[in-house]
Amino acid sequence: MSKLPEMISKHQEAIRADWLKQMSGAVRRADLMSNEEIDSQSRELLTTIASGAKSGGITNLDGPAWTPAREALAAISASRAKQGFTTSETAIFVLSLKQPLFAMVRKELAASPDAVFDEIWKATLLLDNLALITADAFQTTREKFIARQQEELMELSTPVVKLWDGILALPIIGTLDSARTQVVMESLLQAVVQTNSRFAIIDITGVPTVDTLVAQHLLKTITAARLMGAECIISGVRPQIAQTIVHLGIDLANVITKAKLADAFALALQRTGKTVVAMDSGNAKKTLFKKEE
Amino acid sequence: MKSVKQETVLLTTSGDVVVARQKVRQWAMEMKFTLVDQTKLVTAASELARNALDHGKGGQMVIEHVENSIRNGLKLVFEDRGPGIPDIEAALRDGFTTAGGMGLGLGGSKRLVNDFQIESEPGKGTRITVVRWK
Repeated sequence: MSKLPEMISKHQEAIRADWLKQMSGAVRRADLMSNEEIDSQSRELLTTIASGAKSGGITNLDGPAWTPAREALAAISASRAKQGFTTSETAIFVLSLKQPLFAMVRKELAASPDAVFDEIWKATLLLDNLALITADAFQTTREKFIARQQEELMELSTPVVKLWDGILALPIIGTLDSARTQVVMESLLQAVVQTNSRFAIIDITGVPTVDTLVAQHLLKTITAARLMGAECIISGVRPQIAQTIVHLGIDLANVITKAKLADAFALALQRTGKTVVAMDSGNAKKTLFKKEE
Repeated sequence: MKSVKQETVLLTTSGDVVVARQKVRQWAMEMKFTLVDQTKLVTAASELARNALDHGKGGQMVIEHVENSIRNGLKLVFEDRGPGIPDIEAALRDGFTTAGGMGLGLGGSKRLVNDFQIESEPGKGTRITVVRWK
């Protein structure tokens, strides 16, 4: 039976004081974290470790007795992940508990070197496990963060805007992969129904590369919109993209394409029987569209 | 053909196709290709990288700055260890597809570059080498 749990409970405050003293500047990161915060974190963690060790043993940390300690570690690493600590800085916070713990074991069991070695080995295993839990939790927090950003980016990057009654615009920015196409298609078709639009302008100025996959996705979107009674116009075709499409052999003959969004808008207005006139035009009607730079 | 420098990009996920595109664009810009040539190279790289991934179950792209006695070029080598292409002539024909695409990737890439070479052995994999000269 290990004496470690008993020793940790008994000398908790002494270990903690030693631990805080040992913490080097790198672990403490005074720029990211106040002393009070680190003080309360270390107290909470050590208390949960002491109680976990007392009731749940120190070899297996999966049991319910260790749940508070696991949760405390997860909370600490989650807050550190957000504050901008690195993985190693977070793991070292836990690992730096080794020295004070070993010192305590040596002092307590000074009489029998065998027992000292035995307890130190157990303490090492315990702290390694705790550090692994910390690293895992840190990783999980980061991954969740990235996944959330990806979702946000997906939604942000596919806005459908109404330019005029019956005319929608869909500026696409970035890579058009299968997942993005699905979102684009869904939001476009939804908007076509909601706004009762007859024209949808898909602007590809922000798409860096138009290869066969992108072209195929565009054509599918256009066909779907056409089935719903909306005509699509592709705008933002740059000279280099036009040449590449020709060399690739992609057939866009059945699709109306324009170099600029303004041209596409003008065409859509014209097709819906509208025109834009200057206010002081008098008899001579003059369109307001100015060429973009 | 003399090699000036080279770099390898692994192709294992669809995210790597984006990395491959960005690398090719960056190299083409550094070598001062015109915007049209940059776009052609990037598009060809995108097609061939996706082929290596979808048909070849992943592989790698080696990007290389080469020069002969009179001019500079960007050479891209795509290698995979997939099932290989049984009929190269058919695969190059426009509209031929086995994966539900447009069937223009291979033939289209050939038209986007100057030199185009396919080596494929059924069961062993495929290696496609393309060069665009300045």
